[in-house]
Parts: sequence; structure tokens; C-alpha cells
Amino acid sequence: MQLEWIWGLAGGLLIGLGAAVYLLGNGRIMGASGILGGLVDNSDRTLERLVFVAGLVGMPLLLRPLMSPTPQTHLTGNIAVIIFSGLLVGIGTRIANGCTSGHGVCGISRFSLRGIVATVIYIAAGAITLAVLRHMWGVI
Amino acid sequence: MRLLISLIAGCLFGAGLLISGMTDTTKVQGWLDVFGNWDPTLAFVMGGAIIPMLFAWRMTEHRRPLVGGTFPTMSPPELDRRLVVGSVLFGMGWGLSGLCPGPAIASVTYGGVGGLVFLAAMIAGMYAAPTVGAQLDRTANAA
Repeated sequence: MQLEWIWGLAGGLLIGLGAAVYLLGNGRIMGASGILGGLVDNSDRTLERLVFVAGLVGMPLLLRPLMSPTPQTHLTGNIAVIIFSGLLVGIGTRIANGCTSGHGVCGISRFSLRGIVATVIYIAAGAITLAVLRHMWGVI
Repeated sequence: MRLLISLIAGCLFGAGLLISGMTDTTKVQGWLDVFGNWDPTLAFVMGGAIIPMLFAWRMTEHRRPLVGGTFPTMSPPELDRRLVVGSVLFGMGWGLSGLCPGPAIASVTYGGVGGLVFLAAMIAGMYAAPTVGAQLDRTANAA
């Protein structure tokens, strides 16, 4: 268990380093929903966004076979839950203008009130959703 | 230069998400599942990611981005309806699935059909978001 925390910390440092490179280099906030959402909205800097996504997809593809045990996503097999939750994540992050990377990592580290409040709200909403659906109703 | 920086940042982000275990939905749901077998890993990931960024934000003072231009200004500390409602919706979807946008993209090559469907639904949600947001603003004005 403790080993997983150390891997978590190490991975977290890499994520933060990526965000720092993006900020100090390109002067942009490294937020996954913002970078992907900008492609969806046909916003500016399309190539810059595509290259970022390529790195984000490519690196796990390269590294995963080297890891033991091989990481799995363990995503639910319930397709209705997958579609519904995907829609919620897509709509919610774009309306709130940020997700775990933008509001969480980049916002909190800047002591942004909006980032901190958004992070508290989405963690609470996730915890309540799991408490109700898993422990009260037992449906997921 | 811009593109190289984007690629490096994307690679670091992807490697970090994989290594930290954040593309595993059971670990993310384990963190949110306070009434179950609670897993604190996500707190270590978040804490680890915030550390380099604390220094990065400090370094933005009195200088410019490497490629020129300006650093993003801080939004006014305004807690509007969009921020609150959007974060509630996002949190519900995150809890239900254990996926947020970064890991959903990073794991798309090994998340099977479910992972692809999630990503497609998320992108569809992003298409719909401006309409939903406008609707939200209308009900706000009516209230």
C-alpha cells in the first residue's frame, strides 16, 4: 500500500513538472478539459493542442508494457453508466471551465479561489455520488 | 518551439498519470469512496503535482513565457453558477466512472471499448456544453 503512495507522489511530481513546463514555456494552463475542449470548439492553437494530446496518449502506450503488473483501467462494463458519466464529465468540466488538472493542480497551486472551490465541489459531488449509488442503493 | 514544449508537457502528464495509478478507475473511486475501503493515493498525486507548480507560479513573476507573450491572468475570484453547477456535474460523472478528462485521454489505447465510448461521450458532452451553459444562464436570469 505504501509503495502505491510513493508511486502516486512520483507520478504526481511528473504531472506537476508537465504543468510547469507548459506554463513557463508556452504561458498556458495545462488543463486536460481545456486543451481537448479547445479542439472541440475549434478554438485557437489547434496544432499545439493536438501535439499535447499525442504526448498524453503516446507516453502511456510506450511505458505501460514496461510496468509490472501491467496497469489496467478497471472501467465498469455497464455501457449506460459509461455514456452517462462521460456526458456529465464533458458538460461539467466545460461549464466549470476546468477539471482535476486545470482547477485542481494549476488552480490550487496559484491559490485561486475558483480552483479551490471547484476542487472541493467536484470531490464532494463524487464522494456523495459513490456513497449513494454504491452504499445506499448498491447499484454500482 | 511551442509544439516541442506541448509535446514534452503532454508526455510528462501521460507518464505521470500512468505511473501514479490514476488511469486505474478503482484507485480514483477508492479515493472518493469515503464509506468504503478508502484509498489515499490520489492525495499524494495531487500533492506531488502541486509542488512543482508552486515554484512555477513564483517564477512567472517578473518574466515572460519562454516563447513570448504573457502569462494567464487570474480570473476574478467570482463563484458563479457555471463554476458550481459544472463542478457538481463533473464530480458526479467522475464518481460514477472513476475517470476525469486527463486519464480518459491517457488510457484510451488500453481502456478497451468502454474507454473509447467514455471518451466519445465526453467529447459529445463538450460539444453540448455551450448550449447547456446558455440554458443555465437563462434560468439564472429568470430566477
